[in-house]
Amino acid sequence: MSEPLVFHFDINGDDFSTAGQASVQIKNNLRQLGLSPEIIRRVSIAMYEGEINMVIHANGGTADVKVYEDCVEIILADNGPGIKDIDMAMKEGYSTASDSTRSLGFGAGMGLPNMKRYTDDMKIDSTVGVGTTVTMKINIA
Amino acid sequence: MKVVELASLCGFEVLCMPDGDRQVSGAYIGDLLSWVMGRARADSAWITIMSNVNVIAVASLADVACVILAEGVTLDDELIKTATAKGVNILKSELPAYETATELVGKV
Repeated sequence: MSEPLVFHFDINGDDFSTAGQASVQIKNNLRQLGLSPEIIRRVSIAMYEGEINMVIHANGGTADVKVYEDCVEIILADNGPGIKDIDMAMKEGYSTASDSTRSLGFGAGMGLPNMKRYTDDMKIDSTVGVGTTVTMKINIA
Repeated sequence: MKVVELASLCGFEVLCMPDGDRQVSGAYIGDLLSWVMGRARADSAWITIMSNVNVIAVASLADVACVILAEGVTLDDELIKTATAKGVNILKSELPAYETATELVGKV
């Protein structure tokens, strides 16, 4: 198998207005690579939800996107507070976001469920007080 | 139907239309951005009363054909520039979300 194309982003943690820049960049990169609109949409949304999560909860982090011949892998890593109860966090409608976050239209408790919905595989490694790494895969072939 | 035709037929004001030839298929109403990303289909018209910069990102990433701001909500000039640069069509309706949606019936 050939080496994947790798894109790396630092996610700024203090600004909702710049959140999504990495996702938009990835969308453009994948379009240039000729992936189908539906795959691009799934990758973009999953990554955007992850970016927003890192802004809301973790003061930013990093995103690495690896494009293989048969799949796209997204690795989101932060040094935030960690997720105490992953089962609860995965429930639609459950959120610990603040009122100010909600007033922007976020904090609906749909972020992680959407990431799962749009990916073929998702793994969450989280340690309270240390941070969270979410690894997602979307099959292209 | 194309976005440009929809705007004209429904009497929606055009805030920006960088991709007016885009085809619209179906519609979704919602203000919670993750619900929109989870439920709205690609190529649909998205009716909302939210008007911050994140709406433009969500519209672009969720790949909707256009945003229709209901209730006379508008965008400031800076956001209109951003939407134009990102190829996001934004229309404006003076009607509430439900009445805005009824305008679309039989057209998308």
